[in-house]
Amino acid sequence: MVDDREYLSRDEIKVLILKHSDELPPIIIESLIEKLEGRKITKHQLKAILNRVIEEYQKSLVEPGEAVGVVAAQSIGEPSTQMTLRTFHLAGVREFNVTLGLPRLIEIVDARRTPSTPLMTIYLDEEHRKSREKALEVARRIQLTTIENVAKNIAIDYLEFAIIIDLDEGMMLDRDVDLKTVAKALDKIKGKGGEVVVDEKHNRVIFKPPITDYIKLRKMFERVRSLRLKGIKGIKRVIVRKEKDEYVLIAEGSNLAAVLSVNGVDCTRTTTNNIHEIAEVLGIEAARQAIIKEMMSVLEEQGLEVDIRHVMLVADIMTSTGRVRQIGRHGASGEKASVLARAAFEVTVKHLLEAAARGEVDKLKGVAENVIVGSDLIPVGSGMVELYMKWRGGELDKSRA
Amino acid sequence: MSVLRLESNKVIKEIKFGVLSPEDIRKLSVTTIVTSDTYDEDGMPVRAGLMDRRLGTIEPGVRCETCGNFVGQCPGHFGHIELARPVIHVGFVKIIHALLRATCRNCGRLLLPQEDIDKYKERIVKYKERWPLRAVKLSETVIKKASKVTECPHCKARQHKIILEKPMTFYEEREEGNVVKLTPSDVRARLERIPDDDLTAMGLDPQVARPEWMVLTVLPVPPICVRPSITLESGIRSEDDLTHKLVDIIRINERLRESIEAGAPQIIIDDLWELLQYHVATYFDNELPNVPPAKHRSGRPLRTLAQRLKGKEGRFRGTLSGKRVDFSARTVISPDPNLSINEVGVPVDIAKILIVPERVTEFNLEEMRKLIIRGPYEHPGANYVIKPDGSRIDLRFVKDRKALAETLAPGYIVERHLRDGDVVLFNRQPSLHRMSIMAHIVRVLPYKTFRLNLCVCPPYNADFDGDEMNLHVPQSEEARAEAKILLLVQEQILSPRYGGPIIGGIQDYILSAFFLTRKTTILDKKHVCQLLMAGNIRELPPPAFRKPKKYWTGKQIFSVFLPKGLYITLKASVCAKCSQCLKEGCPHDAYIIIKDGVLLSGVIDKNSIGAQKPENVLHRIVKDFGTAACRDFIDRAFKMLLAFLDRRGFTMGLDCLDLPDEAWNRINEVFKETEEKVQRTIESALRGEIELLPGKTLKETLEAKIMEILSEARDKAGEIASEYLGFSSEAYVMAKTGARANIINITQMSACLGQQSIRGERPKRGYTNRLLPHFKPGDLSPKPKGFVYSSFKKGLSPIEFFFHAMSGREGLVDTAVRTAQSGYMQRRLVNALQDVHVEYDGTVRTAEGTVLQLKYGEDGVDPAKSDHGVPVNLDQIIRQVLGE
Repeated sequence: MVDDREYLSRDEIKVLILKHSDELPPIIIESLIEKLEGRKITKHQLKAILNRVIEEYQKSLVEPGEAVGVVAAQSIGEPSTQMTLRTFHLAGVREFNVTLGLPRLIEIVDARRTPSTPLMTIYLDEEHRKSREKALEVARRIQLTTIENVAKNIAIDYLEFAIIIDLDEGMMLDRDVDLKTVAKALDKIKGKGGEVVVDEKHNRVIFKPPITDYIKLRKMFERVRSLRLKGIKGIKRVIVRKEKDEYVLIAEGSNLAAVLSVNGVDCTRTTTNNIHEIAEVLGIEAARQAIIKEMMSVLEEQGLEVDIRHVMLVADIMTSTGRVRQIGRHGASGEKASVLARAAFEVTVKHLLEAAARGEVDKLKGVAENVIVGSDLIPVGSGMVELYMKWRGGELDKSRA
Repeated sequence: MSVLRLESNKVIKEIKFGVLSPEDIRKLSVTTIVTSDTYDEDGMPVRAGLMDRRLGTIEPGVRCETCGNFVGQCPGHFGHIELARPVIHVGFVKIIHALLRATCRNCGRLLLPQEDIDKYKERIVKYKERWPLRAVKLSETVIKKASKVTECPHCKARQHKIILEKPMTFYEEREEGNVVKLTPSDVRARLERIPDDDLTAMGLDPQVARPEWMVLTVLPVPPICVRPSITLESGIRSEDDLTHKLVDIIRINERLRESIEAGAPQIIIDDLWELLQYHVATYFDNELPNVPPAKHRSGRPLRTLAQRLKGKEGRFRGTLSGKRVDFSARTVISPDPNLSINEVGVPVDIAKILIVPERVTEFNLEEMRKLIIRGPYEHPGANYVIKPDGSRIDLRFVKDRKALAETLAPGYIVERHLRDGDVVLFNRQPSLHRMSIMAHIVRVLPYKTFRLNLCVCPPYNADFDGDEMNLHVPQSEEARAEAKILLLVQEQILSPRYGGPIIGGIQDYILSAFFLTRKTTILDKKHVCQLLMAGNIRELPPPAFRKPKKYWTGKQIFSVFLPKGLYITLKASVCAKCSQCLKEGCPHDAYIIIKDGVLLSGVIDKNSIGAQKPENVLHRIVKDFGTAACRDFIDRAFKMLLAFLDRRGFTMGLDCLDLPDEAWNRINEVFKETEEKVQRTIESALRGEIELLPGKTLKETLEAKIMEILSEARDKAGEIASEYLGFSSEAYVMAKTGARANIINITQMSACLGQQSIRGERPKRGYTNRLLPHFKPGDLSPKPKGFVYSSFKKGLSPIEFFFHAMSGREGLVDTAVRTAQSGYMQRRLVNALQDVHVEYDGTVRTAEGTVLQLKYGEDGVDPAKSDHGVPVNLDQIIRQVLGE
């Protein structure tokens, strides 16, 4: 038996707090333990604190019926009027221009296939994150290197139907590419009867495709120029940056699946700002998290305060079907069950005609439908309440009904 | 004649959509329309014409020949036109095309084996109940699959390719090159053959939408009230667009019929048929691609059925989703700090027009009598009396109101004027969040504007440069109760957006609080009494100094208004953000400590009582003492603050931007250095000595470097300026306390305007290699590229002014574009999320009942009731329990 006046030990405090785990959210439990651990507290006081915390927590809960959707939409829409439009700001990364502000927010909400400025943050594993050299090594593996990147000059020999590539030694060193790799890459596209001649003395590669047509030769020239030597498709540029006590790669362009399989990359932390890619590679829950993270960072960067719960709700409606869908005509709004709600949003006539052919039924459960029909009660908030009662009295007075 | 009455007290449970069958159309119709004439010579509607009296009435005083009602009551009645030849309904062309491709040209069966059809049918019927969306998807795949089949699995007939020539002509490619046109009659015949079960498998509902009904043989004619004619002042009748279109259809239809009967050549019949098809198509939709729109005589395209429904002003968005209301008022707003934040000042003239229905009981009988006697023209009066039998008496025409008042008895309803204490809704557009409509308590005041307390400006985003606002009077007890409990201003102090107060002090209030609670402020008894009276407090706190005279500190006076038991510590706006906080020993007095409702240290400014600042004093008061206490605090303390500022006075003049020569010397020194630095950078860049930023060209790197140097220069100038300005400059005080403007504004006014930018870069358009002819081509130094050395106070040179105007214009364009973009984004967000709500089990669901979240926001906490997002303020509770 612990005396009421005696101070509780650390463990006792912890145990007593943890007893309420199912009444309080984990963050509160955690921070409560953190705040009270090691303090001089009696059992009586602790109980009083816990009771107050539970009471306050219950007071702060949402009420049934609350139209949290509209509140979320307004909480994100209202501050967006205050955003600056043209913020191609160099957020944190000076070397890259990143779309931010309203355009980026619209991009996220639209669930575009590719963001206008795809960007990856690549974290490195234990071995490579410590030194710049090691990090650069990984960077070289990731960054897309084409023939164009390492060539001094690429020319077409119209007489011989050949493409002459003069390679730049410095660039080759920088990109860690040698003549062999170039030749190997060209070998793959030379086709039947093609020829690759390596002139090591002049650091030159002569490529003779089996072509006798100038137009096709020009096309081949373009193909050779952008021929991949190494690296990952889509990653245009990689820079190494020091973040706290480790080196991190920032990549322009995005290809999550490929980057994750590169040796030296820490797959647990590496991310991209392309939400669809995340959905495909890491799954829908990760995509939801990515939407939340991206939206919050846009809002924060603009100095606009929006509670994360609103953003979570938007992310949830975008991902609740198991795939990323847009907010708008081709997504959440266009897939509603109610004909009237869809007709009231966009492409009115199409929805009405299709509904007629399919014999659709509008059950009038949503807000828009009930406004259209002119119901007295809109089924959210205080209009959600339905009252059932047992009639104990005699005959109903029909004349008054 | 018997008169039909419509039941009006029914509740719509659901709406089923479908296609009208020809039989339905005929049954619905009161008459067939055969003549294109509308009126005869006497101006009487022609029988069996488009304006037939049986179709309903729009003329006042004329009974409808079908239902016997007058204008308002008659719902209108459909007629019909028997088409001489069938025509395709344009809206269904796509569906018809899909059906033709997916079914056999010979036997009409769906081109899939029987077992597949049965399987799909079963699944679609099942899906339709639970996941209508999946049913749609499945039916699409069924149709796609069937369209690829070339031989009917049922009758083994070979299938041909069906080509749809937009907008509505079908062809069948029998053999390579042998293309045969399918007339609407052919199409209809094919559609008729499709069995019901196969249609179900394709997602159609044959009970309400047989595909052959999509090829029209009978056209419904809408009632006259759908297409009313208007009589112009000159007495000329002008018909509705739909009527015009229907006239065209009837005319061609009759000609076609006559031609057929007269045995005219096929080509003429085909032409007329095509024409009829065109008219019927444009009757439905006059914006079809590749179809010339039907035009009015004046050349204006006709507004036909689809156009009536579509778009912002269309039926759905304009008329059904947005409704016009009575019992509303709109006028200019102006400020009144003497009102409570809960109140709104309503002009008498408006109060005399807006009415509140009040049921007479024995408790308010006498009062209601008085109102009636005062009548409609004197303020707290009444406009109408409704007797228990429902008849309405207009008090404007009652000669002896006293006599009427005598007859008043419980059960009557008096429609009285709006008066003090009534609840109304107050709104300012654009209504971007829920705080754009709040409930206020009426205060009837003289003059012609609505008046509101300044603290409610932030939620409405209102100012008084000519803003107008709307007011709505709830008419039922339920509405009033909801307004008062849920929408009242005090209930909206905390914004759900970030869990902090959105209502609070602005401008003058913040300034006054700053001056009042500064350490140097001491007040004598007379002054204190005046201040406390302004806040309606009748008790003097004990003075802080007794000798030589009784004196009170400003902090003391402010504390009087704080509720007992309020504990809070925070940093003020004026906080210099020192690397090491000295807390209580802060030289700027920026460390605010309030203990048990006493302000112990720190100055009060925007961070403590400002609007849109979370975790401040107002926030704590709402959370710990309730919304009423917070309203009371705002009403009283803020009134006192204004009284203080009234007496103290505050003016910003040009002199508060004056900088001493010493400062100017330093600033000019900075400019000189900058100029040199830029020059050096340019030179080294030209020599190719600077390190390129990755992914940027030399030019871009140089630009970035110069921009950096220049913005540094502006900042330095600003720093120097604020060093010399200090708290003796009113402008500086405003910026620092957060009352108005910020330090950059002060810098621009006093020291230097800085670089003018276009799209985040130095301006570059203009003459070749230079912006203006005043400069040398290719000069990259600050001045020719839009750097403004002058300050607003000093004045801009014409060239600088031009650059400033350039970036000023960009700002304006930006704002215009942004409002449109963000408006559309918000509309989409709201539309997608409008049905999402919390259920009784704590889950978040859509209208259909799909669970989005098991617990709202993962912890079930309402952000508006949270502490800046955190559900419980633990420190507060621990402190209170442990009594620290």
